[in-house]
Amino acid sequence: MNRIYEYSVFIIIALVIFAGIVLPIPDIPALGDKARVLYFHVPMSWISVVAFTMSLWYAVRYLRTKNIDYDIKSFSASQLGFLFCILATATGSLWAKFNWGSFWNWDPRQTSIFILLMIYGAYFALRSAIDSEEQKARLSSVYAIVAGITMPFFIFIMPRLVETLHPDPIINNSGKINMDTSMLIIFLTSLLGFTMLFFWVLNMKTRLEFIKYKISSNSD
Amino acid sequence: MKSRFLNNVKLVFLKDIRSELRTRYVINSLLMFVLVTISIIRFAIGDEKLEDELLTGLLWIAVFFSASGGLSRTFVKEEEKETSAALKLTAGPAEIFTGKLLFNLVLTFVLNFFILVLFILITGYTIKNPGLFMVVMSLGNIGLVAASTIIAAIISKANSKGTLYPVLSFPVLLPLLLTVINATKLASAGIDTKEIAGEFLILVSYNAVVVTVSLMLFPFVWED
Amino acid sequence: MAALSIHTKDLTKKYSGKTIFKNISFELSSGDSAVIVGRNGSGKSTLMKIIAGIISPSSGTMSFMNNGNKVEFHDVKRKLGFVSPYLNLYDELSAIENLRLFSGLKSDSAAGDEGLVSLLELTGLADRRNDEVKTYSSGMKQKLKIAFAMLNEPELLMLDEPRSNLDKSGIETMERIAEMQKGKGILIIATNDEDDLKLCSKRINIEEHK
Repeated sequence: MNRIYEYSVFIIIALVIFAGIVLPIPDIPALGDKARVLYFHVPMSWISVVAFTMSLWYAVRYLRTKNIDYDIKSFSASQLGFLFCILATATGSLWAKFNWGSFWNWDPRQTSIFILLMIYGAYFALRSAIDSEEQKARLSSVYAIVAGITMPFFIFIMPRLVETLHPDPIINNSGKINMDTSMLIIFLTSLLGFTMLFFWVLNMKTRLEFIKYKISSNSD
Repeated sequence: MKSRFLNNVKLVFLKDIRSELRTRYVINSLLMFVLVTISIIRFAIGDEKLEDELLTGLLWIAVFFSASGGLSRTFVKEEEKETSAALKLTAGPAEIFTGKLLFNLVLTFVLNFFILVLFILITGYTIKNPGLFMVVMSLGNIGLVAASTIIAAIISKANSKGTLYPVLSFPVLLPLLLTVINATKLASAGIDTKEIAGEFLILVSYNAVVVTVSLMLFPFVWED
Repeated sequence: MAALSIHTKDLTKKYSGKTIFKNISFELSSGDSAVIVGRNGSGKSTLMKIIAGIISPSSGTMSFMNNGNKVEFHDVKRKLGFVSPYLNLYDELSAIENLRLFSGLKSDSAAGDEGLVSLLELTGLADRRNDEVKTYSSGMKQKLKIAFAMLNEPELLMLDEPRSNLDKSGIETMERIAEMQKGKGILIIATNDEDDLKLCSKRINIEEHK
């Protein structure tokens, strides 16, 4: 079963990379071939948000139960989320360079992801500044929740400050998916593939962190 | 029951005020910090007459950094002097948190009054709608204090307390800062109250959310 | 006559995965006195802090009963006195201000100064009551901590290393308070001092719970 999952992840992502780079793309005004980045950029952003939400969820569970397993899960999810967040930032700013002329322009979308990166960074900084495992788990969970709870404000604040130049989200305000069918298929496959990849790596990461914890607690 | 809560909040708050007045643990160094910050702003500007928009930004930089020097002290001091156990034994977490929140609020208002007076004197900053400006500044300060107090409680248990505070507070405070800087700009430019109704709504709800969540989470921070 | 009792079952404390002690179970009721013994660093203070509710155990339960009825820790807290090397009073306040603050926090009605002064007289600090605590010697601070623990007539009195820094008269006062406590409620002492062992009837040895 496990093997089948791993091979599927490999095959799906290989297909997506091939299709995303090689297959022709419909002509989109002002974007052209540059639109190909969405196959990779959007799944990365999606996963960094999913990972952060999972990490928050486990933080709440930890505070409720005080079961250290939840903290290990929360920590693993946030570490992977951080990685995907960096990838999303990198793919995004690469695209920005070619479309907007510079890698970084403080577009509202860029600002939002910058703040998510900052929260991750602060969370890791806090964890490394606390010695006791229980305190580390408790305080970082509290911080993750406080930070997570203030994030949604950006949704209301950003549009008031600057107009974004970021292309419409895949499902835009009018609720329509405006994507060519062939593109949509590649995109959805990519979303599936990367999400599967994320959960696969997350599973390994969690097990690894769990073993690390066991070893450190048995060393007395 | 209710009056007991308020009574204990008052006791914690008055205790902190009395300690502060006696030791000047925070206020002296903070006032100097403010003086230094604003002097640096003055020297950086030179004789240039800056636009009020830019000055508003500078004003909030001064407010943010002075707050980051002072607001984290209340909890850190209890941990450093090992007095937190006595408080824990005698008062409930919500009482302690609320008392500290009020203390930080008073500290910030005093500090900001000082910052504002100095800032106006030194840079020639003009405020066209003073009433609105005061309301905006107050709302901003409440949010600043609410978020800072819970973060102060968190870092009081960590190792590198001083450097950790700005790192942890920045992402949490950013939505507040962006909104309040914008609202302050508009208020100092003399805009009508109606036009910043949206900012008001954001500020008020931010404050409500942060205070509520802090009160809910503080017991987890406070227990050892 | 209140009859408070403590029931603990399998108290275990781990710190970063390392076990400090495990499966400590005991019952103490009004009139009992217990001494907690163990090497330095064996976790005596940790156990004391758990009983006082300052920190929580990693596992195990602790409950309080009054005349057979379960009472919430919240209510026990107001009838609990605790002296510990990890508990300091406020340096920048005077002795009487410290006591006023904590008696106010502990009880509904603010106790008059007479009660507080008589506590200070008992511990021999009455004539220095208006001086800031930072001017006190370490022995005087210890005496003040004992006065702090005696606020609100505790039904559960816990003394962690109560003799530290005390002079002869201080030790006598401490022993007298401990004797009196046995008539009024529960006494728990964490110590390695032979004289303290004699004060208590029960013994909890942490070394047996490693």
